[in-house]
Amino acid sequence: MDFTYDDEQQALREAVRGLVGKAYSDFESRRQAVKEDPGFDEKLWARLAEMGILGLPFREEDGGSGAGPVEVAIVAEEMGRVLAPEPFLTSVVLAGGIVSAGASPEQRAEILGALSGGESVLAFAHAEPGTRWVATAEGVTATQDGDTWTLSGVKEPVPHGARADQLVVSAKLPEGGTGLFLVDPSAAGTERTGYATHDGGRAARVAFDGAAGVPLGEAGADRTPTIAAVLDIARVMACNEAIGAMEVALRATTEYLKNRKQFGVPLNTFQALNFRAADMYVSLELAKSLTTWATMVIAGGQPDEMADAARRAALGVSRAGRHLGQEAIQLHGGIGMTAEYSIGSYTSHLTALDHLLGDGNFHLSTLVAGIGEYDEVDPLD
Amino acid sequence: MQLELSPEDAAFREEMREFFTTKVPQEIRTAVAERRELSKEQIVESQQILNAAGLAVPHWPVEHGGQDWSALRRHIWHEEMQRACVPLPLAFNASMVGPVIAQFGSDEIKERFLAKTANLDIWWSQGFSEPDAGSDLASLRTTAVRDGDEFVVNGQKTWTTLGQYGDWIFCLVRTDPDAKKQRGISFLLIDMTSPGLTVRPIELIDGGHEVNEVWFEDVRVPADNLVGELNHGWDYAKFLLGNERVGVAPVGATKRVLAQAKEYAGEQLKDPLTAARFAELENELLALELTALRVVANSADGKPHPASSVLKLKGTELQQAVSELVVDLAGPASWASGADDDSELAGWARRATPTYLNLRKASIYGGSNEIQRQIIAKTILGL
Ligand SMILES: Cc1cc2nc3c(=O)[nH]c(=O)nc-3n(C[C@H](O)[C@H](O)[C@H](O)COP(=O)(O)OP(=O)(O)OC[C@H]3O[C@@H](n4cnc5c(N)ncnc54)[C@H](O)[C@@H]3O)c2cc1C
Repeated sequence: MDFTYDDEQQALREAVRGLVGKAYSDFESRRQAVKEDPGFDEKLWARLAEMGILGLPFREEDGGSGAGPVEVAIVAEEMGRVLAPEPFLTSVVLAGGIVSAGASPEQRAEILGALSGGESVLAFAHAEPGTRWVATAEGVTATQDGDTWTLSGVKEPVPHGARADQLVVSAKLPEGGTGLFLVDPSAAGTERTGYATHDGGRAARVAFDGAAGVPLGEAGADRTPTIAAVLDIARVMACNEAIGAMEVALRATTEYLKNRKQFGVPLNTFQALNFRAADMYVSLELAKSLTTWATMVIAGGQPDEMADAARRAALGVSRAGRHLGQEAIQLHGGIGMTAEYSIGSYTSHLTALDHLLGDGNFHLSTLVAGIGEYDEVDPLD
Repeated sequence: MQLELSPEDAAFREEMREFFTTKVPQEIRTAVAERRELSKEQIVESQQILNAAGLAVPHWPVEHGGQDWSALRRHIWHEEMQRACVPLPLAFNASMVGPVIAQFGSDEIKERFLAKTANLDIWWSQGFSEPDAGSDLASLRTTAVRDGDEFVVNGQKTWTTLGQYGDWIFCLVRTDPDAKKQRGISFLLIDMTSPGLTVRPIELIDGGHEVNEVWFEDVRVPADNLVGELNHGWDYAKFLLGNERVGVAPVGATKRVLAQAKEYAGEQLKDPLTAARFAELENELLALELTALRVVANSADGKPHPASSVLKLKGTELQQAVSELVVDLAGPASWASGADDDSELAGWARRATPTYLNLRKASIYGGSNEIQRQIIAKTILGL
C-alpha cells in the first residue's frame, strides 16, 4: 500500500503545475480567460496537447499515452488549484472517456487522436432538462432508418457544448436502452446556444431536430453500463479537481488571517477564527483520503467497486467543498464576495463541480438504499 | 402565557395581509417571489404606496409618520410584508438613517429630511465601512475638517450597497484625529452629487453590481448636515446598528422561499433525504420564528432585546441553508445561470446558484456572525 506519488508522477505534477499554474498564477489572467468565449485559453490548450496531457488517459494506439487514473488525477488536481478553465475534465476525461470506452477502434483513433493533439474539443451531451445525473437518456431520442440514425430532443446543460467541434450524444434507442452517437454540430438539425456558467465555465443548450448521428461503437446497443462507468471515473476526477481547489482556498484563507488586521491585530489573534481554519483543514484531509482511495479503486477497474468508491468520495468531497467554500468566504469577510478577488470564485467553482455529476445527497441516497446489504466498509478489501 | 393573537391583533394581521396582497402591484410582488432583481423604480413605487398608507415607517416617532404600535404589531407588519412578497422599505432609509435623524437630529434636519426619507424621495446609502475598517468600524479614517461653514471630507468608503442609486449618503467621519478612536467620530449627511464625490462599482461573485466604492476628494459639506453633536457619531452608529440587527432575520421571506422550494422539488420530495432536509429546516425556522415572537413580546421599552443577535446569527444561517437546498433541487440545471429564457431549464433553477453565492454576504454584513457570537458571549453570557 502506498499513497504517495512515484518520481514520474511527481515530475508530471511539476510539469503541469509549471504550465497551468504559471499561466494562471495571478487570478487576473484567469479572469481575462473566462471573460470571452470560448472561456479558456486556446493557446494553453495547445500547449497541454503538446505536453501529452490531453491524451493522457487514452491508449497509445489511439494517439494517447496510456497513463492511468492516478496521472489523470494529478492533472485534475493541478487544474483545480488555479481554477484553470480549460475543459480537461469535461472534454478529455468525460467526453473522451466515453469515446475511449465506447467507440470502435477506428473511431477511437480518429477522435481521440484529434482530441489528444488539441485539434478538436469534444463535449458529452448527456444531461437533460428534468433528469438528475442518471446514466440513461430519455429526452433525446434516436430514430433508425436503415443504416442512418437521426436524433431529436434537447440536451442541457452541455459543458462546453457551444465550442465543441464534435458532440458525443446519449439518446434513447427505439428498442429501449441508451445509445451513444457522434454528431457534427455544424450539420443540419443541430442548434446550439452557449452561455457562461456562474464560475466562468461554459455550457450550452443543444437542440436536435432530426440531426444525423453516427453510432459510437456498436449500433443499437444499450450503452448504459459504459456511460455509468465513465461517469464514475469522471466523478472521481472531479473530486481530485475539487481537492486542488480546496487546498488553495484553505491556504489563501490562512494567509489572509495572518495578514488582515482588525482591532489593531492580525485576525489570527482570534482563536475562534483559527479553530475554524483548523476545521477546514480536517475536512480537507478527510476528503483527500477518500479521493486518493477512490482514484486507486478506479485504477483497479472493477465496475461495482468503482461505483461505490466514486459515491463515497463524491459524498465526502461534496460536504467538504461546501464547508471549505463557505468558510473561506466568511473568514475573508466582504472581500470574499468580490469577483476581483479569487476566493469567491473557488467557492463558485466548487459549487459547479458539486452539481456537475451528482451532489452529496444524490450519492448519499444510493448509499442509504444499500446500507443493509453489508456489515462494514473495508477499503482494503 | 397565551399563544393566540388577541382578536384585535388578529384583525390587524388580516388588515395587513389584505393591504399587502391587494395594494402593491402584482408585477413587483412576482419579481420578489421569483427572486428577480428589482429596479430602483419598483422599490420606490412600492415604498411610496406603503408610505401613503402609513405603512413604510411605523417604527418611527408618530409625529414623523410612525405608528403607535406594539412591538408585536410591528413584527406582524414585517412578517406579512415578507409573506406577501412586498419589498421591505429600503433599510437605509427606514431602519437606519431615519430613526437616527428622528432621535438625534436638530429640528431643522428633521424638517429637511424625514418626510422625504420615509417616502423614498431621497435614496440613502450607508457610508460606514472602509477598506481597513470592517468589523473594527471605529478605526475608520475618512476625515471631515471644519472650514468656516463647511466640512471638507476626504477618504474612501467601501461596500456601499446600491450606492449607484444613492441621492445622499450618511457617513461616519473622523472629526477629531487626536481623540480615542470611538470618541472622534461624527455622523454626517452628504449629497452624493457633491463635487469630488465618486462612486465606483464592485463586481460580486454572483456577477451582480450591488456594492460600490465611494471616494471623497475635498468634498465640501455644509456644517448644518451634521447630525447631533460633533464627535458623538459613534453613539448614533451604535443605535443604528442595534436597529439594523432587529429586523434582520428574514424569517418570513425564508419561510416563503422554503415553501416555494417544495413546489420546485416536485417528485424529489419523495426522496426521504430531501424530505428530511425540508423538515429540519422547517423546524429550525419554527424555532427562530418563535424566538422572534418571544423577543418582541418582551421588549416593551422598544430597546433591542439582547437576543436579537440570535436572530441575526440564526436567521442568516437559515437563509443561506435554504438557498443551498434550492441549488441542490436544481441539481445539474444549476449550471445554467448564464442562460436566457430560451433555456430549457426553469428560471428558478438558473437563478439558484447566483442567489446562493450572493447570500454568503448575509453572515458578513450588518455585524458579521462572528461579531454576533462575540456580542452573545460578552453581553449576554458575561464571558
Ligand atoms: C454585500 C455587502 C454589502 C455591504 N453593504 C454595506 C453598506 O451598504 N454600507 C457599509 O458601510 N458597509 C457595508 N458592508 C460592509 C460590512 O459591514 C463589512 O463587510 C463587515 O462589517 C465586515 O467587515 P470586513 O469585510 O472588513 O471583514 P473583516 O472585519 O476583515 O472580517 C474578516 C473575518 O474576520 C472576522 N472577524 C473580524 N473581527 C473579529 C473578531 N474580533 N473576532 C472574531 N472574528 C472576527 C469576521 O467576522 C470575518 O469573518 C457590506 C458588506 C457586504 C459583503
